Amino acid sequence: MSETDIEPAATVDARGAACPGPLMDLIGKIRDVESGDVVCLLSDAEQSLTDVPEWAEEAGNELLTVEEPDDHYAFYVVKS
Amino acid sequence: MSDHIVILGGGTGGTVLANNLAERLGSEIDSSDVRVTLINDDPEHVYKPVWLYVPFGTREPEDGRRPLADLVDDRVELKIDRVTAIDPDAQQLHSTGEVGPIQYDKLVVATGSTLAPDEIPGLAEAGHDYYSESGALELQDELLSFTEGHLVLSVIGSPHMCPAAPLEFVFMADDWLRERGLREDVEITYTYPIQRVHGNPHIAEWARPIMDDRDINVETFFNPEEIDDGTIHTMEGSELSYDLLVAIPPHRGLDLLTEAGLGDSGWVDVDKHTLEAEHAANVYALGDAAATGVPKAGSVAHYQAGVVSQRLASEVRGRPATARYDGKTLCFVETGMDSASYVEFDYEHPPSPAPPSEKLHWSKLAYNESYWLTARGLL
Repeated sequence: MSETDIEPAATVDARGAACPGPLMDLIGKIRDVESGDVVCLLSDAEQSLTDVPEWAEEAGNELLTVEEPDDHYAFYVVKS
Repeated sequence: MSDHIVILGGGTGGTVLANNLAERLGSEIDSSDVRVTLINDDPEHVYKPVWLYVPFGTREPEDGRRPLADLVDDRVELKIDRVTAIDPDAQQLHSTGEVGPIQYDKLVVATGSTLAPDEIPGLAEAGHDYYSESGALELQDELLSFTEGHLVLSVIGSPHMCPAAPLEFVFMADDWLRERGLREDVEITYTYPIQRVHGNPHIAEWARPIMDDRDINVETFFNPEEIDDGTIHTMEGSELSYDLLVAIPPHRGLDLLTEAGLGDSGWVDVDKHTLEAEHAANVYALGDAAATGVPKAGSVAHYQAGVVSQRLASEVRGRPATARYDGKTLCFVETGMDSASYVEFDYEHPPSPAPPSEKLHWSKLAYNESYWLTARGLL
C-alpha cells in the first residue's frame, strides 16, 4: 500500500532485477517522460538505496521520497 | 499425436537447444512422438563475438557466419521464415511464410537483441558500433584513418549484448594505437551510465585501475540524451566533444514479444531458474530474449539451452522437470591485442577476474574457433 499521495506519471517495477538493472530501468523511464513528471521505481535491491539517490543528485532530478512497503523500496523521482 | 516443440530464433541459444533436443529426444523424434522445429528469419547463423575484432582488422565478418542448415541436426525441421505474431492462448505463431498458423505445444523464444540507435537523437548518424556486421566494417574504415583526436567509447544502452565488450574495445584500442605509435596523439575516453565502469561492481573494481594505468579517461553517470555536431549532451547536463564516437546503442527485444504480452521492451519475463515465461503457459525464453538479469552473452544462452532441453524432455515424457539455471556465466575479457582475463560467476558467486595473460587471450581465440562445435551441440 502506498504511503504517499504522489501520483507518478510512470511506474517501473524492477523487483527481482540485480543492480544496476533497477537504476538503468529508472534512467530509461526518465528519458521517456516529460520534465516535471514523477517516476516511481520499485526495487528490492539494497544497492538501489545508494545508486538511485547518487544518480538523482548527479542528474539534477529530485528524489521526493523513498517508501519501504513490504519487501521492497519505492523511489519517487521527479524529472528536472 | 506428437508433441511439437518450436524454437524461435537460430542464434546461439536456439541452435544449441535444437541440437541438444535432437540428441536427447532422438528416439521420440524417430518414432514421431516429438517434432522439433527451429524457425529463423535468416538462413545463416551469426556468431557475434567475431565483430569485436573486425574494427582492428584481425577477423573478417565471414568468420562469424555459417549456414544454419550445416549446423542443425537433420532430425530438426529448419524453417527460414519470419514470425510476425505469437498467440500464447491459442499456442500459435503467425508468419510471413505460412498461410495458416503454426501450432506449438511448447515454444522456446530465443530471438536475441536488436539495436535501437534511433532512441537517441543524432546517434544513428554520428555513432559507430561493432555490435553489427555493417557497423564493425564501417568502424574498421574509421579506425584505419584515425591518427589523432579524441576517441570516445560510450555505453548508452543497458542491458546490452556482451557486457565485457566495451571494456575490451578500449583496452584493445589503447594497445592497437600504442603498437602503431599513435597513442600519444589519440585521447581515449570511456563513458558509463552509472557511477562505476561496469554494471558488476567486482568487474568494475578490477577494470578501473587498468584504465587509470593506461590513461583511458573515464566519465561515469553519463547518459547521452542527444548527439549534435561532434558533442554528446547528457541527461546529467554534461557535454563531451569527440572526433570518433564508438557507441553501444540502446538494445531492445522484438516488439512481437511485448505485443504477445510476454514482457516489456521485447524481453520475456521469466522465472530466472526455470526460464519459464511468467505470462504464458508452455513458453520458455532463453539467451538475450529472457529477462533474467544475467548478462546477454553467448555463454549464458549456451548454458540455458541445456537447462531448457532437460526440462522439455522431462515434460514431453510426463515427468517432473527438475533442471534449473543457476546463473552460470563465463566470459573471456580481452585486455589488449594479446592479453585477456577470464571471469566465471553465477547467481550466488560473484566474478573474480583472473590476472590478464597471453595464455588467456589465446584461450579466447581458441574458443572462438571451436564455437562451431558448441553450435552443433558437441562442446
